[in-house]
Parts: sequence; C-alpha cells; structure tokens
Amino acid sequence: MDSVLSSEHQYLPTTVTRSAKILIAGHFGAGKTTLVGSVSEIKPLRTEEPITEASTGIDDLAGLPSKTETTVAFDFGRRTLSPRLALYLFGTPGQNRFTPFWEHLFHGALGALVLVDTRRLQDSDAVLALFEERGLPFGVAVNEWDGAQRFDLDEVRRALALDDDVVVTSCDARDEVSSIHALIAFVEYLHRSSRLECLS
Amino acid sequence: MSALRRDPDMVRAYVRTRGHSSPSRDGLTLTTLVRAADRPLHGLDVEARRVLRICNGPIVIAEIASLLDLPPTVALIVVSGLLDTGHLNTPAPAEQPDISVIEEVLNGLRALV
Repeated sequence: MDSVLSSEHQYLPTTVTRSAKILIAGHFGAGKTTLVGSVSEIKPLRTEEPITEASTGIDDLAGLPSKTETTVAFDFGRRTLSPRLALYLFGTPGQNRFTPFWEHLFHGALGALVLVDTRRLQDSDAVLALFEERGLPFGVAVNEWDGAQRFDLDEVRRALALDDDVVVTSCDARDEVSSIHALIAFVEYLHRSSRLECLS
Repeated sequence: MSALRRDPDMVRAYVRTRGHSSPSRDGLTLTTLVRAADRPLHGLDVEARRVLRICNGPIVIAEIASLLDLPPTVALIVVSGLLDTGHLNTPAPAEQPDISVIEEVLNGLRALV
C-alpha cells in the first residue's frame, strides 16, 4: 500500500536542497485552499493533528475528567522554484484559537499572506492579531471574486487598521498568475523589510 | 492488518513513536528536507520502515505525514529518530530563513510569470 502511495507521489527533483515556507492565512471562506491549489504543482496534500483538550462538560457519566478530541487540519502545496529550491504553501487552519501545534506551522516560515474577503472584513481581525502577537511578518491580499465589490486598497488598509508599511495587494485566488503576483508583492515586501533590518 | 495499523484510533501516537513525546532534535520543521541513506533496516520498527520506504527522493516532513496519514508531530518524532540513527540524511543543515532564501524565492516566483 505504501509503495502505491509513493509511486503516485510526485517527488521533488533530486537536485533540490533548500525549502521555504509561506503561510496562507485568512478567515473561513477567504480562499486559502483555492490559492494553495492554484499555485501548487502537486495536488494539495492534507494532514490532521489530533488535539486533546480537557473538557469541563458535566455529562460525563463516570464522573471522571473527560477529554475531547478535535483535530487541526491543514492543506499544503508545493512549487519548485529552481533546481535547488522548493516553496511550500501552508493553508493555515480556519480557527483562530491558538494551539501548541501552531508553533510547528510558524517555525521556519518566511511570513504569512493573509487573504481577505471584503464582504467579511471584520472576520480578518482575529487572524491579523495572531500574526501581530507572534511577530511573524504578514501581508494582506484582497481576494477579488467575480462580481465582488472592488475596494480601494487604501480603504482596506484603513478598515483593517494596518500600518503604512504592511503590503496590501489584491488577487483572484482561482487564477495561478494572479496568485503568483500576490506572492511576489508579498515577498518583495519581506525582502525590503529584511534589508532594512540588515542596515539598522 | 495494514488497514488496522492506519487507523489512528487503533494505534495510539505514543506507540508509533515508541513512547517519545517530542523530537530528539531541535531545528526540524515541517519543511525540513530529508532523504533515505543506504543503511540496513534491521532493528527498525514498522513505522520507521514505512517512513523510509517513501524517502527515496528528497521529501519534506509534512509530505511524509500526509502520505502516511501520520499526525505531523508524530512524523517529526519518527524522522528525528531516523536522522539520529543515520537512516535519513538532511541535505542542508536546518537554517532560519535569511535574506538569501527570500531572494531565491523572489527570483523563482518572478521567473514563473
């Protein structure tokens, strides 16, 4: 069974020795999975991490502390960018509640691109707060669906109370080229920020 | 048999990791690249063999977790053990993202469009 799996899996070129990770975040329905799928060269993969939480429910007949099992699931995709480098895009879980598992998602990430749906701008606050708290660089991409009202990006910046230096761009997450342009804008921003850090 | 072993409720995480609850190595991430070394498999448990079997080419830990239906934290622990015993190699030392990686990503993305 494993051999079937491994023969179906599209492996990286053997020359690849470096990997990079960017998180694709956003509220539920913002288009995270869509963007990951648009850019990925493989069918996006999914993993699930069981999270055990102490439960305070009183419906425990045995009278013992009970535990509830939930899972944190995430999808990720891959794009080989050069003979030696592969980029991984991780769609972060929709729930905003912090779990220790988030550490694994943050660890080694260049930053997070937060997708925003202008019909539900207020839903992005908790997501943005998470990255601000953790000090992980982030940018915002407005996901412009067909027929969605177009907003001026400065209006979006004001509505989300973002600092002037945070990159705000737009994309159609269903479109590969549009999604790649949003990633380029974000990575250009990361590049500028880290050059400034090097100089200071 | 193999169907049973795949069921996470049948095989608890601590059995899969031989009782280890955290990776033996720091610096491993879900995107750490690994590859099988040419070493004899005797003495390895089933979980370790399953992991090694899919590591003939470069692969990251998140891919291993997904392909084998392992929770990512379990995959990190199993891979960590296999790096310790020399059954897996990692092509480049784990590195924090630095400006050279950002530049490579930027150049690579620009070349796509």
